[in-house]
Amino acid sequence: MAEFLTGWLGPAEWAAVRLSARVALWATVVSLPLGIVTAHVLARYEFPGKQILNGLVHLPLILPPVVTGYLLLVLLGRQGPVGQFLDQWFGITVAFRWTGAAVAAGVMAFPLMVRAIRLAIEAVDPKLEQAAGTLGASRLWVFLTVTLPLILPGIIAGAILAFAKAIGEFGATITFVSNIPGQTQTMPLAIYAFLQVPGGQDSAMRLVIVAIIIAMGALLLSEFVARRVARKVGGL
Amino acid sequence: MSLALQVRHQLGEFALDVDVTAPPGVTVLFGPSGSGKTTLVNAVAGLLRPDQGRIAAGDWVLLDTATRRWLPPHKRRLGYIFQEARLFPHMSVRQNLLYGRWFAPRDARGESLERVVDLLGIGHLLTRRPGALSGGEKQRVAIGRALLAGPRLILADEPLAALDEARKAEILPYFERLRDEVSVPILYVSHSSAEVARLATTVIALREGRVAAMGPPPQVLADASVVGVREVASVLRARVVAHHADGLSELATAAGVLHLPRVAEPVGARIRVRIMGHEVILARQPPVGLSALNILRGTIAEIQPGKGPAARVVLAVGEERLTARVTRRAVQALGLEPGQTCHAILKAVAVAPEDVGRGRWFETVE
Repeated sequence: MAEFLTGWLGPAEWAAVRLSARVALWATVVSLPLGIVTAHVLARYEFPGKQILNGLVHLPLILPPVVTGYLLLVLLGRQGPVGQFLDQWFGITVAFRWTGAAVAAGVMAFPLMVRAIRLAIEAVDPKLEQAAGTLGASRLWVFLTVTLPLILPGIIAGAILAFAKAIGEFGATITFVSNIPGQTQTMPLAIYAFLQVPGGQDSAMRLVIVAIIIAMGALLLSEFVARRVARKVGGL
Repeated sequence: MSLALQVRHQLGEFALDVDVTAPPGVTVLFGPSGSGKTTLVNAVAGLLRPDQGRIAAGDWVLLDTATRRWLPPHKRRLGYIFQEARLFPHMSVRQNLLYGRWFAPRDARGESLERVVDLLGIGHLLTRRPGALSGGEKQRVAIGRALLAGPRLILADEPLAALDEARKAEILPYFERLRDEVSVPILYVSHSSAEVARLATTVIALREGRVAAMGPPPQVLADASVVGVREVASVLRARVVAHHADGLSELATAAGVLHLPRVAEPVGARIRVRIMGHEVILARQPPVGLSALNILRGTIAEIQPGKGPAARVVLAVGEERLTARVTRRAVQALGLEPGQTCHAILKAVAVAPEDVGRGRWFETVE
């Protein structure tokens, strides 16, 4: 498969596909635990400032992506407060690196992930969690042994949705980490770049086809896995 | 192990104020909705933090506001049986049963899986998932799950209320076995006087947040102000003497011999029999030429006219008390008065199978 793809795609196109996959995968995997915790807090707890947290999580969904990208640049750029801190204490720079692209993709995909998982948590009967508590399980154990298995289909759906969103992220990425081939040029950025130069249509079209295949594949996979898990969890 | 319930709590307009200590066995919280049963049970379960109080099963103190002791629900070592079974749908029956055991201290695991499975007759269900069980099976598994958590106190909040009559009849015997074969105290919430008659060692009748009456079933169920006039009943302790070929069982009670439709317990077994007050007929003279099989001779201990046309007549029969509900007109026509000798007549078929409970008797306090 990889050989066929490398033969069919030009080196620059192949680099963009690989980069996109890596960026989206990291964005999804790293934000998943945080997404589950955030969704659980939003679904099950009442606290002052809940609406503010909810708003912050959803902000990337409603802001123009360019604005999100710019805010990331201001915060995480070398001169930004968070960026400086990361650079000084951990030697991590994300601006204009593939890691930055992953951060941008993760932030943009986060609201979709949290929404899917939150819906799944809200569908779990709190009476079951209560029953687990009376049987001796602490809150953490209730979550791990009852809530988590029951929301697994929602987590899978949320993760795949986030992955698809991360693959397609454009505005925030190009604003935050620019469009550097081999470094930050993900698939959508590459398609855009190819369309800007004469004779780039063929390359763009090949990437478009790859994008469609990945999107469809992700969708079918999520349906398949969610259905299998739901059958296992659902009781029969 | 006795159960101490001292709870004072204000919930808006509603005030709960209870201070009782119940002896070992099944303690039934009895009362109409809004009487404070659920509030009290939630306080025991730790789902509600009362303003003031002390709750303890033997020396296991769950709550004591005086010493600021308050155990969170998961540390209370309870076996809570809910109205709906609340089984975990993603686990097999076996996994459901063993769930609480994970969290129980090693030295306090109580009953073994084999014994509980045997007690509840759920061996053939172990590999199934809850989604494939009937309502009665689910509730049996829920009882087993609570039992296997090694509880120091079992809570049952109207565990039969969501089941139809046939399922109720299926589950009740398991609670009787629980009472007689497991040494864990049980706090059982119910608004059904039939369940009280069969299960209770002690009844606590609640009304508007206060204890309206407390005692063994015969005492509380004979009280019209607690159960309502239509539900007034006697509960007799009996022993099966013989099963006759014509389908009747002969029972020995402290009130005399009773003949009832075949009781599903072996000869020698202890049972309790609920006799509804309105099923008892009174006669001054020994009746003759009557189809009714049971005629018990006693002395009128008490006559209590009701607000309506009826009166409650309590007979002392042997060492037991039998309550009859008759009209005031009949009391007058017969000239009934305390101290008189009187005959109580009971049709054998007036006692339904669900009125017959098996197993351990309650203590009476005189």
